[in-house]
Amino acid sequence: MIEFLSQPWPWYIGGPIIGLTVPLLLLAGGKVFGVSSNLRHVCAACNIGNIEFFNYDWKEVGRWNLTFITGAVLGGFLGGYVFANPEPIALAQSTISDLQGLGISDFSGYVPNELFTWGSLGSVTGIIVLVLGGFLVGFGARYAGGCTSGHAISGTSNLQLASYLAVIGFFIGGLIMTYLIYPIILT
Amino acid sequence: MKFSDYLKYLSIGTIFGFVLMKTEVVSWFRIQEMFRFDSIHMYGIIGLAILIGLISIQIIKRFNVKDLEGKPITIPPKDSSQVTRYVLGGTFFGLGWALLGACPGPMFALLGSGITVMIIPILAGIAGTYTYGAFKDQLPH
Repeated sequence: MIEFLSQPWPWYIGGPIIGLTVPLLLLAGGKVFGVSSNLRHVCAACNIGNIEFFNYDWKEVGRWNLTFITGAVLGGFLGGYVFANPEPIALAQSTISDLQGLGISDFSGYVPNELFTWGSLGSVTGIIVLVLGGFLVGFGARYAGGCTSGHAISGTSNLQLASYLAVIGFFIGGLIMTYLIYPIILT
Repeated sequence: MKFSDYLKYLSIGTIFGFVLMKTEVVSWFRIQEMFRFDSIHMYGIIGLAILIGLISIQIIKRFNVKDLEGKPITIPPKDSSQVTRYVLGGTFFGLGWALLGACPGPMFALLGSGITVMIIPILAGIAGTYTYGAFKDQLPH
């Protein structure tokens, strides 16, 4: 068991378990899986400037989800620290070569150490990735009304046209960043 | 919410975060690989997650399955009349997803795994959400 928990899981094991989050939350209390709403709940809890979009009872609406995401932090600690995968990620060789060409050399962790340390906040590249990247995720998720969980998993599995449109948008943005913008940022 | 409710959602969240780490969905590298179409990994995960979601929602709907408190389960539909917001908003999200290499779930799981600097993109994400709320009426939907 410990052996299994300490290894990386193949996509055909992990995918279905992630999918089970949808029915588990529905059965637990009729809740719809969607992580980015939590960022809105935090805004609602502070609501500086009394903005209408954040004027709702965040405790009533969001307490379950904030609890869920606290669990995800705990799960990250267990899965990524206590039972961390022992080997570097088995990436496609073409991705590795591509990223090496962009100056990434350390492939040992979940994220490249060149970009994801406190020290990287001292570089323009680090600030673009961590601050602008996070900002766009938060802004875009709310603009689109959901993120990977709310649209790409929850929404599409409930056959919502809106979610298919959002996923098309995710890929338009992702491909523009990957092929046109990231090469400029990293070199 | 009762204490048992907190425990319920905390447990489901913990499993979710754990699997995000085990499947390397949290990895910046995996996201770069996905947008290069170099591996089935991320597509297999998202595809199978959707399949399981789809089947379970169909079962819940057809058999009118109730939740643990005995209440009927209803999933509010998304407003599909606003095309611009989904495509344009989705594009902004996609730019951020590829740049940061993480979407909201993985941001929190990575924080838990000890990559403490993830608090910065989380705060930036809150700022992005706040900016959307403040300028919502000026944006095309």
